[in-house]
Amino acid sequence: MIEIRFHGRGGQGAVTSAELTAQAAIEEGKFAQAFPSFGPERRGAPVMAFVRVGEAPIVTREKVYEPDIVIVLDPTLLKIVNVEDGLKNGGIVILNTPKDASEVRRESGIKARLATVDGSRIAVETMRVPIANTTMLGALVKVTGIISMSCLQGPIKRRFGPIGEKNLSACSRAFEETRIVEE
Amino acid sequence: MSERVGIEVSLAVAEAVGLCDVDVVAAYPITPQTHIVEHLSELVAEGRLDAEFIPVESEHSAMSACVGSSAAGARTFTSTSSQGYALMSEVCFIASTLRLPIVMAVANRALSAPISIWNDHADLMFARDSGWIQLVATSGQQAVDLSVMAFRIAEDKRVSLPVQVNLDGFIMSHVIEPLFLPDAEEIKRFLPPFQPLLRLDPARPITIGPVGMPDVYTEARKAHDEVLKASKAVILEVFDEFAKQFGRRYELIETYRVEDADTIIVAMGSISQTASTAVDAMREKGLRVGMASICLFRPFPAAELAGVIGRAKNLVLLDRATVFAGGEISGPVALEVKSALFDRGLSPKVANFLVGLGGRDVTQQNFEEMVERVVTAKNGDLPPYEFINVRE
Repeated sequence: MIEIRFHGRGGQGAVTSAELTAQAAIEEGKFAQAFPSFGPERRGAPVMAFVRVGEAPIVTREKVYEPDIVIVLDPTLLKIVNVEDGLKNGGIVILNTPKDASEVRRESGIKARLATVDGSRIAVETMRVPIANTTMLGALVKVTGIISMSCLQGPIKRRFGPIGEKNLSACSRAFEETRIVEE
Repeated sequence: MSERVGIEVSLAVAEAVGLCDVDVVAAYPITPQTHIVEHLSELVAEGRLDAEFIPVESEHSAMSACVGSSAAGARTFTSTSSQGYALMSEVCFIASTLRLPIVMAVANRALSAPISIWNDHADLMFARDSGWIQLVATSGQQAVDLSVMAFRIAEDKRVSLPVQVNLDGFIMSHVIEPLFLPDAEEIKRFLPPFQPLLRLDPARPITIGPVGMPDVYTEARKAHDEVLKASKAVILEVFDEFAKQFGRRYELIETYRVEDADTIIVAMGSISQTASTAVDAMREKGLRVGMASICLFRPFPAAELAGVIGRAKNLVLLDRATVFAGGEISGPVALEVKSALFDRGLSPKVANFLVGLGGRDVTQQNFEEMVERVVTAKNGDLPPYEFINVRE
């Protein structure tokens, strides 16, 4: 079972990202859970959302304490949130940032494996909004392969209707542009 | 055909209620139940559900509207949580003795103070003596399926009582997971049209709910108690019919690896699922542990529970609501279980833990610690109940 934690700010769609990831996994015939961090939601405040994906039915109702993958939708969170908290040994942080990995490491002190993509730029260029939640799913597919691009299509189209296609092309561009940096 | 979809449990419950062709939904939004009635109002607004959605001004009004609509012969649904239940509770007691088959989903949440929107079973226990049938979902799929079965149980002429479907707030209500949603045709085959025993009808006026003088009140109470007791047989019948048609079988007490268990964890609601992961982990270490989950709290299935746990040496009884009794008696679930054991002359070693209050997580590790506590304690050493996982 793989556990994923999304970090974002209220309104950036972290919860939607988690939901779409779980739905894509379920569409592939896998088992999955997605849930928000439960509580009052405030626009702009740091929020988290969680996903579990597995080959067998998932029965635990525990919170996610030790994720395998952390996805950060907003690079400004690195200054106020320890995104590596609980990250498993060998786990990876997938970060939306215009900076390269060495600069990110120097500034944030992240020690884990790192994958970077300029998701906000891709989102602006593709959809004319700086909201990178679906874009970053392309990075998740590239880095982990726990869900496939084709299984994201149904959930994204159902969720976004007429603008689903644009979200999918942002996703594909992120898939192409994501860079993985070991240690 | 049922379809496997990734959907939030609240939305799936609302979809299922919609497929049951309800006539009236009267509700007031309250966290964490809101998504259920929000989605039902969408279904009505989009024309996918032909029902009257009454956006009332409070939960007291919600249940009052439900009493009126159900008495007029309409299939009626509402949903609430916590303080919302507290506000509507006056009318809930009336709905049950009037034998109105209202179905209500309760997304379980703690009661204030301190203000908490998070999950525990305070509202479920507050509703314990209201004379309703109380079903409790262990899984998201069960929450959906119980919502369908609830109408058939409630409206059965041998029952004609309101039914609560309890599902844990947030940790179940807000989780997206793979669920099988029944389709409309299947539900039509399973759920016959509502035919009330009596119906308010201007053409043939009757009075329901008048004053009960001392010469009838006791009889009314006894009649209510008897029909609630007798509803257990109907609930089992409906579970059986559901299993035949939909292939998913539910029990009054769901069990996991109890057959040869020395120690059994008795829980209620979705933490039973986490408990089952602890059972597996402890079995790996050679401990014979099992889990029993109570899926019907009223009428309480004492005989069925005793049948499951009667041979165990140690019991871990979990409560998710407090009894303010100064430490002298156990929590509400443990009270039922101990009473069932006492009446049958059984006296295993029993530990009662108050866990998961106001959204506190209950982890696999917590379950392992609780099992260890009961296994290693001497019989007289265990207090009536203990809070665990508390900062001192």
